[in-house]
Amino acid sequence: MRCQDGKRVGGKEITAKMIISVASGKGGTGKTLVATSLALSLNNREPVRLLDCDVEEPNAHILLKPLFTRKQVVSIPIPRVDETKCTLCGKCAEVCVYNAIAVVGEKVLIFPELCHGCGACSYLCPEGAISEVGREVGVVEFGQSGGIEFVHGKLNIGEAMAPPVIRQVKMHINRGGVTIVDAPPGTSCPVTEAVKDTDFCVLVTEPTSFGLNDLTLAVDMVKRLNIPCGVVINRDGVGDRGVEEYCLKEGIPILLRIPLDIKIAKFYSRGITLVDGMPEWRESFARLFDSVKQIARKARRGKSE
Amino acid sequence: MKEVVVLSGKGGTGKTSIVASLASLAKSKVMVDCDVDAADLYLLLKPVAQENHEFWSGQKAVITQDRCTECGLCRELCRFEAINDRFVVDPVSCEGCGFCYNICPVDAITMSESLSGHWFVSQTRYGPLVHARLGIAQENSGKLVALVRQEAKQIAEVQGLSYIISDGPPGIGCPVISSISGVDLVLIVTEPTLSGMHDLERVIGVCHHFAVPVIVGINKYDINEDNSHQIEHYCHSQKIEIAARIPFDNVVTEALVQGLPVVEYSQNTVAHEIARLWRAVAEYLS
Repeated sequence: MRCQDGKRVGGKEITAKMIISVASGKGGTGKTLVATSLALSLNNREPVRLLDCDVEEPNAHILLKPLFTRKQVVSIPIPRVDETKCTLCGKCAEVCVYNAIAVVGEKVLIFPELCHGCGACSYLCPEGAISEVGREVGVVEFGQSGGIEFVHGKLNIGEAMAPPVIRQVKMHINRGGVTIVDAPPGTSCPVTEAVKDTDFCVLVTEPTSFGLNDLTLAVDMVKRLNIPCGVVINRDGVGDRGVEEYCLKEGIPILLRIPLDIKIAKFYSRGITLVDGMPEWRESFARLFDSVKQIARKARRGKSE
Repeated sequence: MKEVVVLSGKGGTGKTSIVASLASLAKSKVMVDCDVDAADLYLLLKPVAQENHEFWSGQKAVITQDRCTECGLCRELCRFEAINDRFVVDPVSCEGCGFCYNICPVDAITMSESLSGHWFVSQTRYGPLVHARLGIAQENSGKLVALVRQEAKQIAEVQGLSYIISDGPPGIGCPVISSISGVDLVLIVTEPTLSGMHDLERVIGVCHHFAVPVIVGINKYDINEDNSHQIEHYCHSQKIEIAARIPFDNVVTEALVQGLPVVEYSQNTVAHEIARLWRAVAEYLS
């Protein structure tokens, strides 16, 4: 989808120095903890922008407490039928694969929640009877937190489709600096929407059978998207060695280990980032960024050859 | 037959560990894993698969290169930017709308059905389990959720079972909406972190939006008791029952390492509180 000023998300137009996504497969492993601490640790070295793409349950703002200055409505273009022009020919219903428009008796019914906004019905209506109106599905908010430029999306309650909101958030990738994308959990379309077109994906997991199972799914996902990845093991020390053995076998670098520490959990519960609560972690995250940069550069060279 | 689904909004609050324990505590039930893109319940229930079905859903556009004249109309009209400058469709971006297929002047585009995942009916020592695996990067998780729920309902009817217990997905979007439509009760497992509380309010909002009743269990209750009190206060204001307060305890992870529901691994407060949670659910559903 194109944004108003015509930039593209996919393709070559984006020249950001580095776009790092943070994903996990399993929820609650510490994606947001890693994304926010990484952003804060780079803040003095690079211009940093954080995009919270977990639009169903955005949490990064709770930790970074940005001052929001601007808001943009995300809407999907849905059809509106001019009944004076409509001949009830049924072409619109025939081309809509989402069953969002139907001709019933003498009426054309529209089911806005099912519409993906593809535009086929309005374009293909032989009478030109269909125009489009925006239906709000969420918002994107912009703010500042310290030196960090902050953008997040919020899906409206009761709405099913997260990808349009995620796409709108991703329009705001920082061209001149570092962009950190906090992805939603899982491996299906909202996650791929968030992770695709990033230079590197940090996969946050925990050393349990749940963590391992979902990590393997997440690794399959980033491989499919052809994005280099590395792992952060959170709550290191609980559980078993399955994640470590898997990473070793697959040749996936373990970038950082964060131990199980009730102090960290308590800071998090109060909305305090790891590096604010325990500044000694700042250096570890800066090092993580250096390794990510190195691996991503190498991968980029590999791709271009 | 009554259906309860366990949700959380925020991931990692302990849904699956608790559902596995409910599986152990409840009699006469079928289990469903509605978290189809990161399904973990099977790791604790250790199912033996009895049926394995393919889930075909959603079409993707394919451009036949020898027919394509590179006129560019499809690329111009596609709102999902799924067609690149070499006229190849990116299946991850393609939403299967078929717009390009309909407008291609030389009929170079076909729509092909894609294998989007698998779903299984399995036997466990706790009873039948219906679960699924959505393919990586696939859409239509909502449809797959509806399908596994429908299957579980049939099993419950045929076998005369009293409960359908579902492990739900995180978030508030498509698969969550699909997993709560028409259920008898949503049990929300939350945690006393600011993120957990924020997400709890949003998922309660979704339940209210679709008019399904809710009860709440607070997991890791004691990692921040002030926050737990706030959750209690909030739920009280929404007339939502708090059914259990489960303390933070390493036995939950230890049980996971042993591959057991925590109520079978330990008899401590965690197990007692989960038992209390199940009694509240059963009472609500009776």
